[in-house]
Amino acid sequence: MYLTREEERILDGEFGEGTQKALELLVAIGDAYDAEKMIPISRAHAASSGQEGDLYFVELLAKGGAYCKVLTSTNPVYDIKYFDNLFEVPKDEAEVARRVMEAYKRVGAILSWSCIPYMAENIPLYGETVAFSESSATPYVNSVIGARTNREAAQSALAAGVIGKTPKYGLHIKENRKGTNLVKVEATLKDEFDYTLLGYYVGKQIGYGIPVFTGIKRQPSTEELINFCAMSNVPGAISMFYIPGFTVEASTVEEAFQGGSPEDKITVTDYELKQCYEELQTTSGKIDFVMLGCPHYTLKQVGEVARLLNGKKIHDGVSFWVCTSATAKVLAERNGYVDTIKRAGGHVVVDTCIDEPCWIAYKNKVGMTDSPKCAYYRRFKEAMVTRLQDCVEAAIEGRWG
Amino acid sequence: MKNLEITLKCHKIVGGYGEGEALVSNEPICFYLTDPKTGIVRERSHELAGKNLANKVLVFPSGKASSVVQIDGLFKLASHNNAPKAMIVKDVETVLIVSAFMVKVPLVDRLERDPFETIQTGDFIKVNAEKGIVIITKRES
Repeated sequence: MYLTREEERILDGEFGEGTQKALELLVAIGDAYDAEKMIPISRAHAASSGQEGDLYFVELLAKGGAYCKVLTSTNPVYDIKYFDNLFEVPKDEAEVARRVMEAYKRVGAILSWSCIPYMAENIPLYGETVAFSESSATPYVNSVIGARTNREAAQSALAAGVIGKTPKYGLHIKENRKGTNLVKVEATLKDEFDYTLLGYYVGKQIGYGIPVFTGIKRQPSTEELINFCAMSNVPGAISMFYIPGFTVEASTVEEAFQGGSPEDKITVTDYELKQCYEELQTTSGKIDFVMLGCPHYTLKQVGEVARLLNGKKIHDGVSFWVCTSATAKVLAERNGYVDTIKRAGGHVVVDTCIDEPCWIAYKNKVGMTDSPKCAYYRRFKEAMVTRLQDCVEAAIEGRWG
Repeated sequence: MKNLEITLKCHKIVGGYGEGEALVSNEPICFYLTDPKTGIVRERSHELAGKNLANKVLVFPSGKASSVVQIDGLFKLASHNNAPKAMIVKDVETVLIVSAFMVKVPLVDRLERDPFETIQTGDFIKVNAEKGIVIITKRES
């Protein structure tokens, strides 16, 4: 890979060990992909996680004096104080989370602690070159917004934020953004949960690729697109997709395939989605918790939970959680949503990911969620997946099925 | 009888040398869904469910699942000395490169022959990523 004189000086350690390590990682990636050179980015999103692997790298950069050159937002860890008051979070785990959050502050990241940063804290524009990690944010940024990012890891995105550059490869090159699989949708997509099932099914069928959809009849909502992005990256790796007519980059199917033909075609009917749904129905009977907000609920979704819980009471034996971003919570409080949810006996928590050790109290518990991504990581004995409305109903009844 | 030995060129992604018994997976792998203390795959529906990938040379198509957990998964395996000795993949992706870079496990792709046709579980594999060479010693049948 071609390196400028300045990049060579960074690699020689002239600007400190932190920037040196950051660029070393980017060069390794560039070499792996035969990238010709580094290109400037205008923003990054680091999928911080409060886990040991994350801690190792961010502290390495922080100790080495690295500091973000472009706006770099962060993914959820957990609200240590909130959980400390409720459960016994293991001391060593809480210490890892505390150190991670401290180190991201030291490297000058924006402490958003949100997995949907493109909603408020860090919004790319069409055509912008960026480095966004978080497997649900990558396809959203590429497809819905039409900015350009590769499927970054937390570390490569942070490194890109520190250097202000990324290697030119993959989805930064127009030809690599062409569709690979044609997906003919015959299923009726009614609501956000249908897009969850669609994402899960398509991710599982395609695995790794750029699907191009036909047959989607109406403009999907922001939340439906967020769900598709998140769930297609649970059983698969979908960093980009096209819904010609609704997503921005290609207005026709031909344009999405850049004149080529699909490598593969699949059809999705109501039958496939129903089968997916049935696969996720893993239990019934008494439940201990309901977990919502994986990915983080938007303001609109928090409002929907409040509407469903208004004047109701969550069953005594059920813990009810809504995870959202700090920015969404400010408005949710202003609109009275948080009060309504609290009055019903629920929690609205910020900065928190469902895949964190703060949930240890539920390790042997059975519950429900509207997110296959939440169920997949096995923080709980069992987390059954169904629609939000059913989750709320079960929370009130204390049981499902 | 001397075992059949095959030498293939490959493309270095993360440098270094590693050798061990091959473990082949036709499905993508998420390291988070393994037990870091043993190296056993605990993803129920995976073809490697119950198999141990510690200190093996892992042959698989690509990584999968969220970027956050993939890296942490390999990092935890490595901190218990249960990471694979080397990795041979078909579709390279950034998350896997970062994972391998952080734990210093050699990672290669672009073998001059299809690794899924050439390598079987149990073969002995030497991966010299620096030299861009993979040496396969076929298991006695």
